[in-house]
Amino acid sequence: MRLPPGVSSADFADAIKQFQDAVGKEWVFTSDEDVDLYRDSYSPFWHEDEEPIPSAAVAPDGVEQVQAVVKIANKYKIPLWTISTGKNLGYGGSAPLLGSSVVLDLKRMDRILEVNDKNHYALVEPGVSYFDLYRYIQDNNLKVWIDPADPGWGSLIGNAVDRGGGRTPMRDHFDAHCGMEVVLPNGEVMRTGMGALPGSKTWQQYRYGFGPYVNGMFSQSNLGIVTKMGFWLFPEPEAYLTGTVSVPKRDDLGPLVAGLAYLMNSSIVLGTTSVASPLNFLRGDAELAALRAKPGGPSTQELEHYLQEKNMGYWSIELPFYGPAKVVAAQWEYAKEKFSGIEGATFKEGTLHRFPVDPKELPQFQNSVAVGIPSLSVFGVGGTRSEGHVWFSPIVPMTGEAVLEAQQVFADAYKEMGMSIGPLFFLGPASNYPRCFLVLFGFPIEHDVEKNKKNRENFKRLIKVAAEHGWGEYRTHTAFMETVMDTYSFNNHALRRFHETVKDALDPNGILSPGKCGIWPKSMRKASA
Amino acid sequence: MKNARVGLLLALSLMITAPAFAAPDQDQIEKGHKVYDKWCFPCHGTGLGKPGTDSLAARGQKPAVLEERTDLTVPAIKTFVRHGVLFMPMFRKTEVSDADLDAIAAYLTRNNKP
Amino acid sequence: MRVPPGVSASDFAEAIKQFQEAVGKEWVFTSAEDVALYRDAYSPLMGEPNELVASAAVAPDGVEQVQKVVKIANRYKIPIYPVSTGKNLGYGGSAPVLSGSVVLDLKRMNRILEVNERNAYALVEPGVSYFDLYRYIQEKGLKLWVDVPDPGWGSPIGNSLDRGGGYLMPQYRNHFDSHCGMEVVLANGEVMRTGMGALPAAQTWQEYKSGFGPWIDGMFSQSNFGVVTKMGFWLMPEPDAYLSGTVIVPRHDDLIPLVNTLNYLENTRVTNGMPDLASPLLGIPMLSEFAARFDQGATPFDRPQDAELTALIAKAGGNMSPELDDYAQKKGIGYWSCKLSFYGATKANAANWAYAKEKFSAIPGVKFEEGDVYKLPLTAEQREKVHKPQFGIPSLAMFSIGARSAMNPEPSTGHMWFSPIIPRTGEAIFEANRVFAQAAKELGLPFLNFNLPSTYWERAFIFIFAFPVVKDIETNKKNVASFRKLIQVAADHGWGEYRTAPVFQDAIMNTYSFNNHALLHFHETVKDAIDPNGILSAGRYGIWPKHVREAKS
Repeated sequence: MRLPPGVSSADFADAIKQFQDAVGKEWVFTSDEDVDLYRDSYSPFWHEDEEPIPSAAVAPDGVEQVQAVVKIANKYKIPLWTISTGKNLGYGGSAPLLGSSVVLDLKRMDRILEVNDKNHYALVEPGVSYFDLYRYIQDNNLKVWIDPADPGWGSLIGNAVDRGGGRTPMRDHFDAHCGMEVVLPNGEVMRTGMGALPGSKTWQQYRYGFGPYVNGMFSQSNLGIVTKMGFWLFPEPEAYLTGTVSVPKRDDLGPLVAGLAYLMNSSIVLGTTSVASPLNFLRGDAELAALRAKPGGPSTQELEHYLQEKNMGYWSIELPFYGPAKVVAAQWEYAKEKFSGIEGATFKEGTLHRFPVDPKELPQFQNSVAVGIPSLSVFGVGGTRSEGHVWFSPIVPMTGEAVLEAQQVFADAYKEMGMSIGPLFFLGPASNYPRCFLVLFGFPIEHDVEKNKKNRENFKRLIKVAAEHGWGEYRTHTAFMETVMDTYSFNNHALRRFHETVKDALDPNGILSPGKCGIWPKSMRKASA
Repeated sequence: MKNARVGLLLALSLMITAPAFAAPDQDQIEKGHKVYDKWCFPCHGTGLGKPGTDSLAARGQKPAVLEERTDLTVPAIKTFVRHGVLFMPMFRKTEVSDADLDAIAAYLTRNNKP
Repeated sequence: MRVPPGVSASDFAEAIKQFQEAVGKEWVFTSAEDVALYRDAYSPLMGEPNELVASAAVAPDGVEQVQKVVKIANRYKIPIYPVSTGKNLGYGGSAPVLSGSVVLDLKRMNRILEVNERNAYALVEPGVSYFDLYRYIQEKGLKLWVDVPDPGWGSPIGNSLDRGGGYLMPQYRNHFDSHCGMEVVLANGEVMRTGMGALPAAQTWQEYKSGFGPWIDGMFSQSNFGVVTKMGFWLMPEPDAYLSGTVIVPRHDDLIPLVNTLNYLENTRVTNGMPDLASPLLGIPMLSEFAARFDQGATPFDRPQDAELTALIAKAGGNMSPELDDYAQKKGIGYWSCKLSFYGATKANAANWAYAKEKFSAIPGVKFEEGDVYKLPLTAEQREKVHKPQFGIPSLAMFSIGARSAMNPEPSTGHMWFSPIIPRTGEAIFEANRVFAQAAKELGLPFLNFNLPSTYWERAFIFIFAFPVVKDIETNKKNVASFRKLIQVAADHGWGEYRTAPVFQDAIMNTYSFNNHALLHFHETVKDAIDPNGILSAGRYGIWPKHVREAKS
């Protein structure tokens, strides 16, 4: 059995025994076979010694059990790594950042405590997945939508505290939460927002409560274990309509994105859209390949001409509209009017869907997540090419100029690293967050040590390239958290030093998720860089 | 043309009364007008939703708009700004400096008869 | 000269000297006359020995000067109390929570650093007021609206940190929610930037809120953990058009389906302006009518003159009464009404309103009144007529409350807001009225009749009402005691205040007591770690530094 760093085997044995007393023998996993199930299936360290494998896993079934586990961990200074459903593959899965941590697996805490379809909210435990909540709402015939992350098996709480995003009007998952219950590093339970008021009637209706609003401290962090969280839900709208705007020239991207920003900031477009170009999916086309093979590559005019011949725009965006049938039609009409200022813009209207949707219509949705139905279709992105992926996910400004610049910068960076952007998949730029673009690059994970090593180096290189251009990652795989946090260095890492001060005060034994997002407890902190 | 004449009259009256009291110069009045627009007009100006004007009107003050008054004195203006009255709060020197206050006073007393 | 608690006169003199070197002699205020300008003009303790007052004030003109002041304060353990524009009258003004603190007056830091029209945001300093930002946008001819609270002289930063609200679309009228990116001077004098601002070359400081790692911005709201010196805000693009329409329902109990339908329409973004509840029967005006009615020489709270109705209202005493229902039916007066506002494309507004009417039609006897339709921007004439904050125009009209008028010959000298959060349901409105009417009766409060909540927040109501502050010390004392009682009454029913004046901050924080005050203890742990000398805003929102807590216990 592995031992957590700095813990004696006698102490660890004692702790395991006490964990067993706290949660039941069958819910403490120590055999290699069982513990292996907590490895990151998409680990970029596959087959390497560096792979952070846990020493054990403990699965409590309620908040009192979580408290008991935390108190035991404090007694023996055992590092715990908390996961909700542990299914954010591409960002670390259920494996810890620090090898030989004990995974605190909250999957058994899967109670849906309340769903209110008059004030449109839910209160859930961390083990509840999007699939679970969706099913509950369907079974009880409630007229509310959830906003699933792309992988439907994810946890509402886990995804929100990782600050993930979805596609419907409630797509900024952390922003859509209201009220938390947290077990602090000292084992105490705290409720935030209106939840701090005993007998509160508005825990899920007003998020701030009174005094400092601390919820954000528990996102992407290691300052507490979130055991309950409320979420605002979108009431089922009457209808959904999409409309696609295509523009013919490369330089049309500027006005296209400016128009999109206006529509989003005006609450006319309420969901996620992304900028697409046929040049991305026509990679296999012989004519395009020939153009690309030309010395110096094709000119912009040649590409524009090529697409024109195929009757395709250079760029397109698919706009989602949610609301009454007549309103979504009026919004689309207005959007067309706004974009008609771009010469040669063309418009294509999608099908109008009314809710509740007829199950027969479901296959028509490219991704049902946009209408609040969880799925796993996102895992199609890796296809059969790899054994997994990790996401490189910088935030860039919502402007055409920034998209073009990012495209150029990253293409150049790939070239320098001796990689082609070709075999890598690229999603976005997408508006999962309301005011910026998220660009996602999937890095393949392979069961090949050398390739993974090189990919990790390249990944780190890209983090630096992005930072030099003012683009930071919104989230990252555990393997790169420290590197990313290093780039958020304003005034000699003032922000990280602030986090460290808070961490030491709240978690003096450093037991909660050491290293998460580059925040280490004092005992493990390297001499200040 | 009308404004030019008013300006001339004002200038004349200032010249005539100059020995009687320290006449604020035109720059000072203009500065005062600007400060007034920023700090006083939102409550004491003309138009709807001006609680200061409304309150003075309810007291029977005529005219209720401060800019139209010709009876305000410099010490009274300073007292109101630095001490407030009823629901009108006092103003700090980082908001309205002493120099700004002198200018407001110059502006609001510009039409006073000597 | 008053000396801060626990500071020797000689240390204080030395500190003042160093403050003067840091910010310039003329920007350190120590004379009684100058320091008096920092009193809370609406203090319910005005003139009493326990009135909260400053010892001095320091007004830096930039972040480096703020850093210097904070470092000096640390050296001499001087409590300092930052204010932005210090104009949140009714919630404390520019006076500190701990008497004898030095006010750190940020009003001179009034730079508008950026306004970006294409991506609709602004980056400002704390001394910038809503008037300032509005004027800047007008002068540049930008097609942007600022979401303004009632007092236009407030600071976007100060109001947002106090978690105030406004009147436009939901994502803008929640002012803390609509911020994006902060710069903070910490208690140790260091400058920190949050969100994407921590990335030195950041291009999206005002476009993505949370950056990487723990998102800590909320810690600096309603708190004493840092001095915010810059903050970004998302602005609303000027819409094409505005439309309003009013829904009127006949019976008392119709308030329940009225609110439920309203919630559906708001939460699906069918109506995207601030809903405005009123009672034609009980004479409770819409917020948006408030200023206009005042201008017409009527108090916005005038009661119907009909003797029968007056008697019926008195008899009902805030409760359900079939006779009032009958009266409303007989006279054809609506019991409740709600004005809906729509911002957007002309046709979409019309379609949204049509859909809203369809939804409300489920309430028997419902009537609809068509409201205003404006193609934006407003003409000069329209601007005069409208409720300005609903069009992003700052004003001070709300100060008409308690002011002298034909109907109110006994004007107050200020007010304090009692503002509990209640659920967004009709049932909760009824319960709150029953509970507070009963409490008002017991406390002998003359001013609390049936009240309708404000709808600033998209998912909860604020059952807000104003306590007058008057010249008479005894009356103020009684009102302060009643206010404290109401805090407890509210808490007993699961309603907590969203914000309050310094006088009541301890009392309210005490009601947020889940698990033996776990949240407050958490704040205290953080406070002690990041401000070990306890120099920043001691006592703000009930959070006291260690040395004060120990002295108290």
